[in-house]
Amino acid sequence: MTTRTAAATREALGPTLTRLAREGLDIVVVDADLGSSTTARQFGREFPGRFITVGVAEQNMVNVAAGLAAAGKTVFISTFAVFAPGRCFDQLRLGVAQPGLNVKLVASHAGIITGEDGASAQAIDDLALMLSLPGFRVVVPADVVEAEQAIEVAARTHGPFYIRTVRPKLPLVCDEAYRFALGKAHLLRSGKDVTLMAIGVMVKAALEAAELLAGEGIDCRVLNMASLKPLDEEAVLAAARETGAIVTAEDHLVHGGLGSLVAQTVVRRQPAPVAFVGMQDRYASSGRWDVLLEHYGLTPEKIAEAAREVLGQKGR
Amino acid sequence: MRELEAIAKRVRRHIITMTTAAGSGHPGGSLSCADILAALYGRILRHDPGNPTWPDRDRFVLSKGHAAPALYAVLAESGYLPVEELTSLRQLGSRLQGHPAAGSPPGIEMSSGSLGMGLSFGLGQALAARLDGRSYRVYCLLGDGDCNEGATWEAAMACGHHQVDNLTAIVDYNHIQNDGFSDYSRYPDTSHPQQAGGWVSEAGHTVNIMSLQPLAEKWRAFGWEVLEADGHDIAALVEALEKARTVKGKPAVIIARTVKGKGVSFMENNPAFHGKAASPQEAEKALAELA
Repeated sequence: MTTRTAAATREALGPTLTRLAREGLDIVVVDADLGSSTTARQFGREFPGRFITVGVAEQNMVNVAAGLAAAGKTVFISTFAVFAPGRCFDQLRLGVAQPGLNVKLVASHAGIITGEDGASAQAIDDLALMLSLPGFRVVVPADVVEAEQAIEVAARTHGPFYIRTVRPKLPLVCDEAYRFALGKAHLLRSGKDVTLMAIGVMVKAALEAAELLAGEGIDCRVLNMASLKPLDEEAVLAAARETGAIVTAEDHLVHGGLGSLVAQTVVRRQPAPVAFVGMQDRYASSGRWDVLLEHYGLTPEKIAEAAREVLGQKGR
Repeated sequence: MRELEAIAKRVRRHIITMTTAAGSGHPGGSLSCADILAALYGRILRHDPGNPTWPDRDRFVLSKGHAAPALYAVLAESGYLPVEELTSLRQLGSRLQGHPAAGSPPGIEMSSGSLGMGLSFGLGQALAARLDGRSYRVYCLLGDGDCNEGATWEAAMACGHHQVDNLTAIVDYNHIQNDGFSDYSRYPDTSHPQQAGGWVSEAGHTVNIMSLQPLAEKWRAFGWEVLEADGHDIAALVEALEKARTVKGKPAVIIARTVKGKGVSFMENNPAFHGKAASPQEAEKALAELA
């Protein structure tokens, strides 16, 4: 593997599926005319018989995948996250989740960082939808290294998966020796005053916030929470117990995603103040992705601000 | 054929007994497809009730999942589950949910009950057979409501596009759906003008909900071989199903002309029994008619 500095998590899909199929996995890809963007199409070039096009028809894509999976295939489907789960939630629920079929949805262009295409292309509710489906494992890779590994874990683990990828190139936060583990948080920085928990593009922002706060003498723990479901509840509880305050950060609505999962876990077993950085109850607009993050408050500065706030509430 | 007709009659009796015991369910659409299921399970399908996950079995996919009582009944008649289990329908702890759940009992291929999903699933199975070099066939039963769903037509287009000749769709075309009559062809009151769009009749049924006509032309336009048959003439159904098997290079659909509630006089062509079970008194009358 060459040393990379930045890549889009979506770029992991095609090459990883191609590699795994070469290694003998019985993978089939069903494609709804966005395989060029999700990179799934690269698989089709090498395995044409196992690359099934259905056109722009996401509902059909999901249940064709279900039928293939019921016949023993490991099936990957991909499109933009606004369209799946958005367009085909019912099919994912009854067609895949309820029977627990071996279908992996890798949805790209998630979050407001999809950018210029505007609100219709920016999935900010996909995690809320997918986390609501019993049996689905939900993973949000922070960089391309983690995305490759999450896709491999999904391919080798029976049952439904949702993997959320993004359009822009993100700096790497995992080194090449990193090993993604389902149900495990990834400790990126140790600390005792407050814990910053982040997913996706916000992992890097959380690390930068920790640097800002270190300058003020605040010692941050930083966790990459890529495995949302199963959630590493022990890591969340340890953070609440040992640091006493938590900030979550995600490029998603503040309800229904990482923040909700963490809050629910903490409230039940280890109450502690939690603050939520993410999209408030609104849609974003067109713009360059870094400009959008700034405009909607998904920044290291806002994470740091939230950290100061929960620090102030500690032990009240 | 007498044997298949006897199966169909027993299936109809089970449907009444099960839904009345449960106090709810969908007798109308179940009775509508009883002959189709008898033809499939009694004659057409290559299957082994002793080995329901046999990889080379033909697959039957019930897209109109609310007809679950009919499917459970024909599976019981075929030996997949004890006939005595049928009256556990819809009760906690039963394997027989109100709509089918995959594998419960073994022989149920797909979870359904949300319309418009079965044909896509069937296409996936048909493509898997092609990939694996297996000779099994896929049969998918759709209702009027299924054919309202856009996803059914996504699947129909894709089946034609992929030229799956190992898949047969059957439309249980009884012109009645949840709220009433899909078009005017079975609506008995001719005193109203046949206006466009749906409206609510004095009897409380919605009339002209969403016409599927011309249905055969729609399927043909999507690349299908279209066969038509009387959906209550088992010999005609068997003939059409056998003919569908010989179609090469494209999928085949059988449009089965059926009557909702078939076999029970007061349920026939009556939208009221789409999603309502017969009362114990009504069931007694129905069973007498099905004796």
